[in-house]
Amino acid sequence: MEDYHTEKRGVTLTKLSLIMFSGELDKALAGFVLASGAAASGWDVTLFFTFWGINIMRSENKTALEKKDITSKMFGRMMPKGTEELKLSSMHMAGIGTSLMKKRMKEKNVSTLYEMIQDAKELGAKFLVCDMSMEIMGLKKEEFIDEVDDIVGVGTYLKEAKESDVNLFI
Amino acid sequence: MADESIDVRGLTCPKPLVETKKKIRKMEVGKVLEVIGDHGPSKIEIPEMLEEAGNEIMDVSESEGVWKITILKKEV
Repeated sequence: MEDYHTEKRGVTLTKLSLIMFSGELDKALAGFVLASGAAASGWDVTLFFTFWGINIMRSENKTALEKKDITSKMFGRMMPKGTEELKLSSMHMAGIGTSLMKKRMKEKNVSTLYEMIQDAKELGAKFLVCDMSMEIMGLKKEEFIDEVDDIVGVGTYLKEAKESDVNLFI
Repeated sequence: MADESIDVRGLTCPKPLVETKKKIRKMEVGKVLEVIGDHGPSKIEIPEMLEEAGNEIMDVSESEGVWKITILKKEV
């Protein structure tokens, strides 16, 4: 198996890995503040998206190349399609709370979730999507945003986690 | 005098650190970057994190809530 631990100037970089399990805006934001902050600090950063978390990385406009079965189509329609459709985990209030939160973030000059994804990516963070979650939710790899690096299994994640100095489940 | 400058005033966590890193990674080793900002925790965190990455902090100053960090790029 490939060794993901990076060396730079002969020094092994501090490594952060996050399990992005939740598909809610506030939790995704918490994860990406950490991811972009760590990447900016020169850390080696890997995010593993699983279960509801894979929806964060769905593209708004990309569709599957092949035909989907009925359950996959239903899942696809019921789940949020990317960062703009994510809801707050509390105080969503039929969309009012989430809109207010986004407005407030803009006023306070906080980056949007998608900007944080791009920042983390530009600074070298790696985004891995869980193959099994993708299968059960009926999503195809072409439906994710270009920032996703790879579709992987649990083995890859475990290896990443084993090498990590900081590992969190979000 | 600094070779490059970046103004992160008005930006909040983690943007000042992120923008500083995005700027410094494109600079050549030996060049000096000046960062101007007003986000409190970043005044401490930017020097800490950039030093950890191998750079040298030449100066940190503050006046009326606006700080200036001068960094010598050393990280490869």
